Amino acid sequence: MDPQSGFLLDLKGVGKGFNGVTVLDGVDFRLRGGEIMALIGENGAGKSTLMRIITGIVQPDSASAMMFRGQSVRFTAPRQAIDAGIAMIHQELNLLPHLSVADNIWLGREPRNRLGLIDRGRMRREAKALLERLRQTIDPDRAVGSLSVGQQQMVEIARALSLNAELIIMDEPTDALTDVETAVLFEVIRALKADGKGIVYISHRLGEIFALCDSVTVLRDGHMVHRGAVADLDEAALIRHMVGRSITDQYPYLPCPAGPERLAVEGVSADGVTDVSFTAAGGEILGFAGLMGAGRTELGKAIFGASRLRAGSVRVDGTEVRLRHPRDGVAAGIAYVPEDRKAEGLIQGHSIRTNMSLAALKQLCGPAGVVRQTDERTAVDRFMAAFAVKAHGIGAEVRTLSGGNQQKISLAKALMLSPKVVILDEPTRGVDVGARREIYGLINDLKAKGLCILLMSSDMPELLGLSDRILVMAGGRITGRFARDEATQEKIMACAIA
Amino acid sequence: MTTLIRFLSRNKPLVGLVVLMAAVAVLSPSFMTVDNLLNILRQTSINAVIAVGMTYVILSGGIDLSVGSVLAFCGAVCAWLVAGDLSIWLAIPLTLLLGAGLGAVNGVVIGTGGVQPFVATLVAMTMLRGATLVFTDGRPITTGTGAAADAFWSVGGGYLLGIPVPVVVAAVVFAICGLILTRTRFGRYTYAVGGNEVVARLSGIRVNLEKTTIYALSGLLAALAGVILTARLKVRSRPPAPGTSWTPSPPSWSAAPACPAARAPCSARWSAPSSSAC
Repeated sequence: MDPQSGFLLDLKGVGKGFNGVTVLDGVDFRLRGGEIMALIGENGAGKSTLMRIITGIVQPDSASAMMFRGQSVRFTAPRQAIDAGIAMIHQELNLLPHLSVADNIWLGREPRNRLGLIDRGRMRREAKALLERLRQTIDPDRAVGSLSVGQQQMVEIARALSLNAELIIMDEPTDALTDVETAVLFEVIRALKADGKGIVYISHRLGEIFALCDSVTVLRDGHMVHRGAVADLDEAALIRHMVGRSITDQYPYLPCPAGPERLAVEGVSADGVTDVSFTAAGGEILGFAGLMGAGRTELGKAIFGASRLRAGSVRVDGTEVRLRHPRDGVAAGIAYVPEDRKAEGLIQGHSIRTNMSLAALKQLCGPAGVVRQTDERTAVDRFMAAFAVKAHGIGAEVRTLSGGNQQKISLAKALMLSPKVVILDEPTRGVDVGARREIYGLINDLKAKGLCILLMSSDMPELLGLSDRILVMAGGRITGRFARDEATQEKIMACAIA
Repeated sequence: MTTLIRFLSRNKPLVGLVVLMAAVAVLSPSFMTVDNLLNILRQTSINAVIAVGMTYVILSGGIDLSVGSVLAFCGAVCAWLVAGDLSIWLAIPLTLLLGAGLGAVNGVVIGTGGVQPFVATLVAMTMLRGATLVFTDGRPITTGTGAAADAFWSVGGGYLLGIPVPVVVAAVVFAICGLILTRTRFGRYTYAVGGNEVVARLSGIRVNLEKTTIYALSGLLAALAGVILTARLKVRSRPPAPGTSWTPSPPSWSAAPACPAARAPCSARWSAPSSSAC
């Protein structure tokens, strides 16, 4: 702690550019020990570059002052930042799944006994003590891969504590956590705060920031545009700072005349789904609410043919569909846009073109299965323009794109099939505020074209904002049905925990 | 200039090949002769044909350790068919069909059975190696001297427009399989299955069927390599004609790292009347 200023970390005038593009321009960033500082901004605002500078992964081009614990620092390697007491918990956890909890916590710093061998007893004891500080009863001998994501997060935090870190940076830590796990994490973070640790909390979820953080720093296009106490702000003000304009109508509802019934699901049971029945019409957005593990994703996959139907029937435009494989869903005009783009939606190392056309390739092939490349390119180009995808070209690898652009590709891939029913599973997860609105616009366009849309989302305002009707799921069953004008967050939550 | 550098950095193996050829050409005056280069191509053709199938398998995220044993077994069967004076127009297609069938079994075990490719094809390798030993009774099979054997000889030792037939075969295999890989749905699906199986399945691709087809192709091409090798070994039983530069070294496929089974002692023995030829 700096005795004069009282700041744990104090950066002034940090600038950084890559290939002539300025990413950070004169950014100030500071926090005290015992303070939880939210860092927010749209994708590309410079948050991760700033954190990479703090953790020594990259060096700033210019900085008028960089102070940590009262000393001027200039880290040239991550090791130096770690030794100084800065730990970062990355969004993608850096744990070795096949090693035990204790092994992971002490990786690279294993305590030795007098013979120079690893002192397993001590490793286990100290790991246990660290986890107890976090109120966790995880067995230190368990393989990390067998833990839930929330528990793995706790192991990462324990590792940060074992480093005696004074400053802990968390990047979207709740993205993969259940509500219960999130509550535990918040408790832990507050305990760390009480111990006088400084916390930097990066998140897209504004609700969490109001619930947890003391103060907030907002970055936009490489500039620090706001810093202040969270208590002085409301959500609208925060969004205004982030996007530089006020998004008055964040969830644009599009009223459409209800079309004929397009999808009828009757008594469907599958893995994680029990006896679900509903119908949905063309030009309708049917929302599905529920907590994590309520069975929404499983229902979506069952209707699409990706998981086995144990009972029940699915009809599209009055015709019963036999679903044994995703290709049956595709053939029946059902498109599924998965929740997890990386694992299920897009092949990350392949180009935009081959990803987008993959599902619809049959329609783009001539006799003998030869791909009509010109037709393919035309179709892909059309979607690139219509969806305003920002990329170097259709040959660009998908993994180089931002979350919002990847989601657009994922959507385009589904729409290339000219589907009748579109199942959207968490369509805005990991997508920043600006791109979200674009995606809502695209969803409304589909609605206007008479498609039937099933929208599964954990983002309650999004669901309430866009849906015509909302079904609530819990434990694999439908526990509530609401029309648009009678649905409220409270009523939905009451059904979701039923 | 920059496009040239980009081309070279993308094709590093090609650069290595050119450097190696240049070095050898300087060291030995007989390297850069038509006879020698044709001979190298002829020897490489067997490896090359297997490599094409292996390319598909590896692109789909798998590995096929059984190619050496498929080659050996199919080669032995082909030699036996020819020894029975079956026309090569029947014997060779039947052999290829056998190879494709063996590969398809691999594909089903891997796809539908969910067995790791390494394990499944390792088992197939061992089983087929044993099967070859039983089938040949551990002794060489001679292709005899019938009309079929003469025709078969021309596959291994004949020329088409001055180019050895095995080289022509390999070139045709390269062209066809290259086009399939880059221009057709099957090729795209092969990449997709290797890129991310879950994504492929959710895109409506029948992943198991794809895998079966891919391993069947690998088996078929291994069988084709077996046919070429057998036909070449037949050639080697004759005394070298003056002026031709027969290399006494064992066939090049035995050094292929991807097919350890190729080192199986039985695989090279069946058609050579005198075992000293190997």
